[in-house]
Amino acid sequence: MNKKNLLDYTLHLADNALIIGHRNSEWCGHGPVLEQDIAISNIALDCIGQARNFYQYAAQLSVNDTSEDSLAYLRYTIEFKNCLLVELPNGDWGQTILRQFYFSTYQYFLYQQLQNSSDQQLAAIAEKALKEVTYHLRWSSEWVIRLGDGTEESKQRMEHAVDELWSYTGELVQAASYELLAVSEGYGVDLSTIKTKWEEKVRTVFEEATLTLPGNAWMQSGGKEGRHTEHLGFVLAEMQFLQRAYPGAEW
Amino acid sequence: MESLSKHIINNKLTSSEEVKRRVLEILETVSDPEVPVLSVIDLGVVRNIEVEPNSVINVFVTPTYTGCPAIDVMKINIRMALLAEGFTDIKIIEVLSPAWTTDWISEHGKEKLKAYGIAPPQYRQAVCTPDSFQEEEAIQCPLCNSYHTRLVSQFGSTACKALYQCNDCKEPFDYFKCH
Repeated sequence: MNKKNLLDYTLHLADNALIIGHRNSEWCGHGPVLEQDIAISNIALDCIGQARNFYQYAAQLSVNDTSEDSLAYLRYTIEFKNCLLVELPNGDWGQTILRQFYFSTYQYFLYQQLQNSSDQQLAAIAEKALKEVTYHLRWSSEWVIRLGDGTEESKQRMEHAVDELWSYTGELVQAASYELLAVSEGYGVDLSTIKTKWEEKVRTVFEEATLTLPGNAWMQSGGKEGRHTEHLGFVLAEMQFLQRAYPGAEW
Repeated sequence: MESLSKHIINNKLTSSEEVKRRVLEILETVSDPEVPVLSVIDLGVVRNIEVEPNSVINVFVTPTYTGCPAIDVMKINIRMALLAEGFTDIKIIEVLSPAWTTDWISEHGKEKLKAYGIAPPQYRQAVCTPDSFQEEEAIQCPLCNSYHTRLVSQFGSTACKALYQCNDCKEPFDYFKCH
């Protein structure tokens, strides 16, 4: 088995969870109402917890002085393997909700299959995280429906969010080289099987939300291979500042 | 060996079964920092206790939610409690699978939760699907026992709780949501 590939695959899963967790955490104290502020902060905590589990495993697969903290705090943008969708700025509440819905749908079907991975640790992390993602998917679907089929303003904002985010959804189910190798080595998830389920779930929720599903469009990609938007640099600058300025700081 | 010998002398423990029983008794005094009315045993986070032939005590723990920060505090408190009772060779091992479920909260634990003002979890078959706008579970108000309650938010003050309000006594309360 190619150990470097298992590491890349694990880091990709970790980076996705960390960056969306960080983006959601930016809402803490700024949510539209207290209950939803708490909800998005809880989801952020779940995602960062998943990231920790994947980083801890990645650290075990790495050279000696690598730790979960060094992987999160001391890598540069080109080393991050998250998809572009999760690093985009939050926008308004509607845009954050829609991104969470797209991403939770992807994670739900991904983890459902990853729990059967031949790699026991990846399977265990997925089995546990799936229970939490189920709540995220339910919560974000309900908000997409509530806002899409809501007031004139909420609908218009959701339509804007659909326009803004759609071209970033293709990358979720488009396999990078380490994902293809992971499938052939038996521990990775075949994204082509997820693609149909993802589209089906999005279609169902959009119908109920009275939102129009965009047709075939050109899709952005590159994040999984380290080619990011300028936004990731700003995310890392804020997230990594303390560890870079005061190496090893604890509190 | 030294620590176990000391323990045997102090407490007259003879077999590893008795040591395990003693460890279990000690862990029943270690509480969940977020819900102090529950012990780590009530909560079901301690999955197994093993005594190695060389007297090392292995405590297997599993986190409730992936990101729950309380697990780190629980691990420290388990170690402190065992150290205070004379056990020195302790290994605390985290396991993720099988994933923790609210079904592992003891019946005694559920009663303590209710008395503390938190509605105890239903059996998990009731929910836990991603379908939107499901029929809400009938959660009993821990204060006035009415089932006439409503969900305020699926996400509450900690990862494991949802926010409810009683329509009869009007009191808001936490529900330890099924997982």
